[in-house]
Amino acid sequence: MSTEVQHAEPGFFRKYLWSTDHKIIAMQYLFTGMAMAMIGGYFAYVFRMQLGFPNQYVPGYGIVTPGRYNALVTMHGSIMIFWVAMPVLIAAFGNFLIPLMLGCDDMAFPRINRLSYQIFLLSVLVLLSSFLVKGGPFGGAWTSYPPLSASGAYNLTPIGATLWLLAVALEFVAFLLGGINFTVTTMNSRAPGMKMYDIPILIWMIILANVIFMASVGPLIAGAVMLLFDQTMSTGFFDPTRGGDPLLWQHLFWFFGHPEVYVVLLPAMGIVAEIIAVFSRKKIFGYKTVLYTAWAVGFLSFVVWAHHQFVAGIDPRMANIFSVTTLLISVPVTEMVFLYIATLYGGSIHLDTPMLWALAFIAEFMIGGVTGIFLGSSGTDIYLHDTYFLIAHFHYTFVPIAIIAVFAGLTYWYPKMFGRMLNETLGKIHFWGTVIPFNVIFIPLFITGIAGDQRRVYDYAQFAEQSRPALQHLRTTSTIALLVMLSFQFVFLFNFVWSLRSGKSAGANPWRSTTLEWTVPSPPPHGNFAVLPTVYRGPYEYGVPGRADDFFPQDIPD
Amino acid sequence: MLERYFTAASTYAHSIDHLFILIAVIVGFWLIVAEGMMFGLVFKFRARDGRPTQYITGDEKHLKRWISIPHFLVIVCDIVILAGAITVWYNIKQVLPAADATVRVIGQQWAWSFQLPGPDGVMDTADDIRTVGELHVAVNTTYHFELLSRDVVHSFAVPAFRLKQDALPGRTITGWFRPNRVGTYDIQCTQMCGIGHALMAGRVIVETQQAHAAWLLRNSGPAVAGLQSSPASAMDPAMTLAEARP
Repeated sequence: MSTEVQHAEPGFFRKYLWSTDHKIIAMQYLFTGMAMAMIGGYFAYVFRMQLGFPNQYVPGYGIVTPGRYNALVTMHGSIMIFWVAMPVLIAAFGNFLIPLMLGCDDMAFPRINRLSYQIFLLSVLVLLSSFLVKGGPFGGAWTSYPPLSASGAYNLTPIGATLWLLAVALEFVAFLLGGINFTVTTMNSRAPGMKMYDIPILIWMIILANVIFMASVGPLIAGAVMLLFDQTMSTGFFDPTRGGDPLLWQHLFWFFGHPEVYVVLLPAMGIVAEIIAVFSRKKIFGYKTVLYTAWAVGFLSFVVWAHHQFVAGIDPRMANIFSVTTLLISVPVTEMVFLYIATLYGGSIHLDTPMLWALAFIAEFMIGGVTGIFLGSSGTDIYLHDTYFLIAHFHYTFVPIAIIAVFAGLTYWYPKMFGRMLNETLGKIHFWGTVIPFNVIFIPLFITGIAGDQRRVYDYAQFAEQSRPALQHLRTTSTIALLVMLSFQFVFLFNFVWSLRSGKSAGANPWRSTTLEWTVPSPPPHGNFAVLPTVYRGPYEYGVPGRADDFFPQDIPD
Repeated sequence: MLERYFTAASTYAHSIDHLFILIAVIVGFWLIVAEGMMFGLVFKFRARDGRPTQYITGDEKHLKRWISIPHFLVIVCDIVILAGAITVWYNIKQVLPAADATVRVIGQQWAWSFQLPGPDGVMDTADDIRTVGELHVAVNTTYHFELLSRDVVHSFAVPAFRLKQDALPGRTITGWFRPNRVGTYDIQCTQMCGIGHALMAGRVIVETQQAHAAWLLRNSGPAVAGLQSSPASAMDPAMTLAEARP
């Protein structure tokens, strides 16, 4: 963007709230996502307190009744997946990084981009408004299985259930708009010379995630419309007494719901790839193979959904097919992780905070991956389905994705976003204060799951086998570890805010990285590049023989 | 391994436990190797002055082997696990061994109720025994269960039997179990079914064959229904939901 189109500095409203600048929209998504993460974390605090110290007063909340407990776990799950993982991983990092990493001045459709955030914000408001209506927020689990979700007589939250559904549908509209925008921008607005295999892995991963999302969300939107009609117009799509079928919803939901796991996993893997390359000063081991495994994961993610329904009443013969596809998906995922580990070989590894987060992602995600095998195997899933073993398993995937990888990305790109470095000591305190308690929260839950604790139960007093003291000790341990982990998040918040003004000035390229976003000033000005760059090589040229510097930026001619 | 945390009280409990141990050994091996490899590399290649980075693309044949050989080994392990998983699944969920007796299990917000054919062995006759919250069965007897739901999706789970099956309104799902150990075990509902979900507990009471026969005799027939300790026979199918709630 040349200097002749400089405008007068816009006012606060137009600059921050009505902006079409991809960086501002990224910040809107980021801060909304972080605010929602605090709400979701608060809910986790409340219901873990109830489980750790049953039926006692929870400071900052009160007594947790069964109905409220159900609403808390439902909202925790919905918020963390739809209103934290997706906006932060895809929309915030995608918006901020896609134009910068591709070397263009903004998104292809800036106003669609603005609309995307506005609809997203609307979805947040609709969701939060359900806390104010009669009956309170929906408590029928984030999977919202009918007939429970379809009828107020069953779920006792007639308005909350509908608002939840509307909020989810609006959120999908926002991400459909964003996905179109991201994909078009990546296909059309790359810097001259940037071939498909010169695109940084993170951008590939976000685009793949968007393609998977757009291809899988249609059936769920259709299901959501039918469920909405069932709730509000007394249709009977999911009502067996009128010829409907409750299993239909489960298929529509999980046809979207399982690919959704990979929609958030892939961007997290992308963030980790960027960081591992930079901090081990190494080219990614087998760049193309990483992409091929990501495509394979994306494709296979469409044919595994019924592993959520092994014992749901589907034809039992179908379970065998879905067991095979589910275990098959372990092959490309394992290979991707192996490639990341192989990238460390022969490197010069610097353990700065972003790298610690990236390595922690791999170490923890592997535990999530291998425990998934127990659940993907139909035989063991009969027992482990819907127990705390499942809870621990998917938190070992989702916490690395939505928390650990997000912290990796935030600590890595913070200097670019705000022009200043985060405090390294506070960063490391926050890192260990998060990762150690995280394991102490969920390892006990694997054991309670093996011992038969099922999920979404506010109090195990009803069950003789589950109310043994040994199991209660494990639950209490988990709760205390959560309190420790949550309290360490204030270290991060303090570091984040304090460094905005008092951090060390970052300069354009503090990590000595090769990709294009590090060639512009920090923070990048409106329009990003003073002169639009030309790309001469791939994104991970570190330690190129015969050069004085150990990195070779993409935009420097040979 | 599961045995330490939970009793096993059905014939197929051990096959699930053994499958669990098989998977634990295989994936545990891979987890240790991969984590060890990662931490080992981080230590070995930590930044040191004067040691340059190696320029490796990942196309080198001698290095690619480190990916491709584990890749095939993972496939082999997957096949072993799948063989075990499908065998266990097939024996539990896909085949129905000949039944010695049948029970009907009915889920509704928020209680389990059970219907046993009385001494005549035929369901839906006058001597049927209906109970709420307590399922009486005889040890070493193969049962078929007919699983129904009156309202929303429930899930009938008996952890000690390693039994779990969702109950769907509008369908009857048939499955089986064969208790092999006398005792009293929990029944859980494991599918979110509304605000009383956590209260939807039940007990399955596995009795010796003689004790069970005596229990059947004591409780069968409309004449003695009123004398039962458990609130049986109260389970009129026409009863409304509100009345059934505890």
